[in-house]
Amino acid sequence: MDINEIRKQFPVLDQQVYGKPLVYLDNAATTQKPLCVIERERDYYLHENCNIHRGVHYLSQMATEAYEHARQTVARFINAKETHEIVFTRGTTESLNLLATTLGVESGKWKVENSPLSTFHFPLKVLITAMEHHSNLVPWQQMVQRCGGQLLVAPMDDNGVLDLQAYEDLLKQGPQIVAMAHVSNTLGTVNPVKEMIRLAHQYGAIAVVDGAQSMAHLPIDVQDLDCDFFVFSGHKMYAPMGIGGLYGKTEWLEKMPPYQFGGEMVDTVSFERTTFNKLPFKFEAGTPNVGAALGLETAIQFLENLDRKEVEEHENLLVKTAVEKLSAIEGMRFIGQAPERSGLVSFIIDGIHPYDLGTIIDKMGVAVRTGHHCAEPVMTRFGIPGTVRASFALYNTLEEVDVLVKAVTRAANMLR
Amino acid sequence: MFDDWMDRYAMLIEMGKECPIIDEQYRNDQYLINGCQSRVWLHAELKDGKIYFTADSDAVITKGIIYLLIKVFSGQTPQDILAADLSFLDKIGLKEHLSPTRSNGLVSMLKQMMLYAEALKN
Repeated sequence: MDINEIRKQFPVLDQQVYGKPLVYLDNAATTQKPLCVIERERDYYLHENCNIHRGVHYLSQMATEAYEHARQTVARFINAKETHEIVFTRGTTESLNLLATTLGVESGKWKVENSPLSTFHFPLKVLITAMEHHSNLVPWQQMVQRCGGQLLVAPMDDNGVLDLQAYEDLLKQGPQIVAMAHVSNTLGTVNPVKEMIRLAHQYGAIAVVDGAQSMAHLPIDVQDLDCDFFVFSGHKMYAPMGIGGLYGKTEWLEKMPPYQFGGEMVDTVSFERTTFNKLPFKFEAGTPNVGAALGLETAIQFLENLDRKEVEEHENLLVKTAVEKLSAIEGMRFIGQAPERSGLVSFIIDGIHPYDLGTIIDKMGVAVRTGHHCAEPVMTRFGIPGTVRASFALYNTLEEVDVLVKAVTRAANMLR
Repeated sequence: MFDDWMDRYAMLIEMGKECPIIDEQYRNDQYLINGCQSRVWLHAELKDGKIYFTADSDAVITKGIIYLLIKVFSGQTPQDILAADLSFLDKIGLKEHLSPTRSNGLVSMLKQMMLYAEALKN
């Protein structure tokens, strides 16, 4: 893998900020886009733009075919059994809101007879982990609050490793839904999701995997994982913003009611009643983001053209090197030291506020994220106001890790 | 005056260390300014018709920024504070911090000072 060649495909990386070369280490927030993705979306608007489905004319049929081809590509990429198990959404957050709205809740009350969860005992309990992003917490929290249920939280240890025994004990309380981050956006922990899903099923729960932070870094096989749902965002895996996906097993998607109404999601409509389209269109109300879906397909092809194993090893080397070199800084404390980790390093330095550190190293051209990373309960768990998070993508280099370490060292000296 | 960003931030950091610290009794949520990634507490009192501010923050750059504002506004009458010309912020290179989307909350701090002046003007 020639990183310099790869970097040429990401023009945004080749620029200076405050007169210093940009070192972009905020990839967990969003990755940059390769030229092929940018050109694919541009090409769509230059030559193919059209509203899809039901148009009889040439352009509409071409756009529809391209859009449905993109769906096939996503299905293949995560090894879904059926193409219709892929629903395009705006991203992870929308996918999770779709689930927390349609998994049996109607008009704020449980409508048991129509619910895909009707075989479960009520009241509703949803089990999450202590390391979830707000997007995999708040929708479930609001869902259980709407129906007088309960949110259960599986704890983690001081290294940011999930307590599997406690997780299993909580499963014994009978949650109907279990939602888990594949990779923590704050700690970098890779959760043992396959084992967690197996346990969830053993205790009769549906398993939802938040793949926002894993799709770009790890191979995903939803059939091997045997998850009931898997959600992800395109923009965190080199695709455009505004596109993402929800994978769901056919049996569940069939039982779930629609999320939003209007447009392509209907079958027949009268003033009295409406019947709904088949999967996956039932969940795609309104005009979808076709251009971004095509960009997502191209991003997947971009990843598939690389040796994924090599990419993973390269990214792991960046994390390992960053941890080793940052360790030399006095007062360094890593937040998240799981043996299985991916993509990022989160830290604080004794006596220095993450905001101060981030502000100073920004002036040295280093883009990191500071704050709570949309995971406030994680910060509370570790008793800190926030962290500095450096997150990596396949185009980052060991030289950039050195720039980060130098910048942090210099900033720490200024701030002490 | 502040040619180099390093000097500018080094100065803000030094100023942060000299900020007149808010009395412990006011270091609570009631005096917390929203809109900052770091926490900032600000208190104001009127003495002989003039306002005196004290503040604190858990981030030292933020504390430097609020102290800079305190240096400008403390000891002024509420009317003078409300009528102040804010263009000095551009001149000292803090303009980039003035955007409402900046997470340091300079705008929120200024607004809170103006609210104090408004409340204390009679």
